Amino acid sequence: MLWVDKYRPHTLDQMTTVNTDIAQHLKRLVQDGDCPHLLFYGVGGAGKKTLALAVLREIFGAAVEKVKVEGKTWKLEQGERKIEVELTTMSSNYHVEMNPSDVGTKDRYVVQEVIKDMAKSRPIDAAGQQGYKVLLLNEVDRLSKEAQHGLRRTMEKYSSACRLILICTSVSKVLDAVRSRCLPVRVAAPSVETVEKLVMDVAQKEKLVMPPELAARLALHSERNMRRCLLSMEACRVQQYPFKADQPVQLCDWEAYVTQIANEILQEQTPKRLLQVRGRFYELIVNCIPPELIIKRLVRELNRKLDVELKHETARHAAYFEHRMNEGSKAIIHMEAFVANFMAVYKKYLISSFG
Amino acid sequence: MTSTSQPWVEKYRPRNINDVAHQEEVVRTLEKALETANMPHMLFYGPPGTGKTTCALAICRQLYGPELIKSRVLELNASDERGISVVRNKIKGFASTAVGQGAPGYPSPPYKILILDEADSMTNDAQSALRRTMETYSKVTRFFILCNYISRIIEPIASRCAKFRFKPLGHEVMGDRLKFIATAEGLTLGEGCYEACSTHSGGDMRKAITLLQSAARLFGTATITGKEITAVAGAVDEDQVAQVVALCKTNQVDGANRIIESILKDGFPGLQIITQFAERVVDDEGVSDAVKGKICARIAEADKALVDGADESLQLMAIVSTACVAMKA
Repeated sequence: MLWVDKYRPHTLDQMTTVNTDIAQHLKRLVQDGDCPHLLFYGVGGAGKKTLALAVLREIFGAAVEKVKVEGKTWKLEQGERKIEVELTTMSSNYHVEMNPSDVGTKDRYVVQEVIKDMAKSRPIDAAGQQGYKVLLLNEVDRLSKEAQHGLRRTMEKYSSACRLILICTSVSKVLDAVRSRCLPVRVAAPSVETVEKLVMDVAQKEKLVMPPELAARLALHSERNMRRCLLSMEACRVQQYPFKADQPVQLCDWEAYVTQIANEILQEQTPKRLLQVRGRFYELIVNCIPPELIIKRLVRELNRKLDVELKHETARHAAYFEHRMNEGSKAIIHMEAFVANFMAVYKKYLISSFG
Repeated sequence: MTSTSQPWVEKYRPRNINDVAHQEEVVRTLEKALETANMPHMLFYGPPGTGKTTCALAICRQLYGPELIKSRVLELNASDERGISVVRNKIKGFASTAVGQGAPGYPSPPYKILILDEADSMTNDAQSALRRTMETYSKVTRFFILCNYISRIIEPIASRCAKFRFKPLGHEVMGDRLKFIATAEGLTLGEGCYEACSTHSGGDMRKAITLLQSAARLFGTATITGKEITAVAGAVDEDQVAQVVALCKTNQVDGANRIIESILKDGFPGLQIITQFAERVVDDEGVSDAVKGKICARIAEADKALVDGADESLQLMAIVSTACVAMKA
């Protein structure tokens, strides 16, 4: 078992290092007997999912962890059209978890159908049980506007039979109307010090000798992301044990690759180089690295080596092209446009300052 | 539904138009209508949470009583399908039927009421289809059209209605209502709570009440202070935003970006940061108007980009860069 899963806290009481306050508040909330709809938001690796699962366990007990995975198919009739939607769900007797944004534009049907299904099959025997089921939705920010509008009414109508736990990264993309119907819980990423402490904790439990320097570096490299930190710690363990204080912390492959691209761009600004960069972008994209991440990383790498004026320019262009990329359909075109644009600006700057 | 799980917004929604706070003119007109049992088509507009839906529902209740309201009033809001076909079939069908017996003890005037909530999200075509319907059946049906932006309602519709503007609630009015709710729920409101509620809600009563309820639920304490409200509202620490502005003034991009990055990592939504940044800059006496204009223009662009789904950190970086350049020059 990976350490990330092995040391994931399962109950609210186990959360002693990170998110302790939130866990205590949530516990009180559940104990009061009534749990409103919840909306967890925060960056990746901050513990949103862990919190959500712990809340489920607090409500329903250990039985909620017996999940079965199934690919469900819904057949829907919308007027004359017949629609078939397939989606993988994870469900226990008490909850259903899914990623509705995976089905693209048909997500609204899934969301509404599932909630209605749940409302229909609500537990009759209320003794010792909660009178409702919980629907856990991941990546709500990627739901279409229609699906979110659909949620809005469904949330109110069926709230006695079904509670929602929503998880999202960027709360700006969730409709105000949906947000105001939930209890928002901000999950902050743990500070670098906390991550460091976590590394030491895990090392102790695994009976490893962890030099503090390495722990500090692991924490720093993780960018306040617990999942990432534990994964790279495990990678270090595989690479070399006993640990050395100056042992290198492995970056993800793609990150190293982007650094390399950035260097190439800075070395030479020609159409030929642009073509090479394009090839490299393709390489990243076929390996399923999201284009937004690539651009973000690239800007950061470039910015590290630029003068202040150029930084401004790069930031503005990056924002512009990334926006266009989201509106357009083919990411590679916009990424290339950004690089071409950057090369032009950079070359001009070089010529004007060094002749 | 048990009373505990009911949102306070619904629980404490005024049932009588007299209880609607802060909208004197509207209330006066509606009271007249209650006496004479006659009224024109109505168009309510104003920012969210100022009492439009409440007013509409309250007057219906007072006109028809709890029983008759079911058959006499039809409420359609944005989550219902409202395309042109619905206007042609459902609305027309409802509007054209004649009315039956009135309920004893209530004015129950001889017409029905159709409430179109959030009407600004209706398409122009659907609105156009409504025009004639409004006139033809005006004998038996009155329309209440509720919207945030009157500019999104087509002129022919607007000219058929008596228009009422709902204004955002002031601090005091809001404080009174919050105090009432807190007493009813057995909460003590600590220092700075009203201020925090009204600042973060910006005159939106619904938001203020939701904030109060969220804070009460999440923290579970009997006393709620301004600090808890701010935490629930998800507002960024003002000091951090001030720091970013200060760094922008001295053209320290990296420093500013680092703080922004850490705010984002703390889980704050990008729009929130942008809003607070904009407020800071606009209120800053040391920045000239031309510069403010430039920065605000970029902020507006970023807002649009974010709605389209662009990346938060890149947009924020672009704003910071624009601000740096603008303030330096």
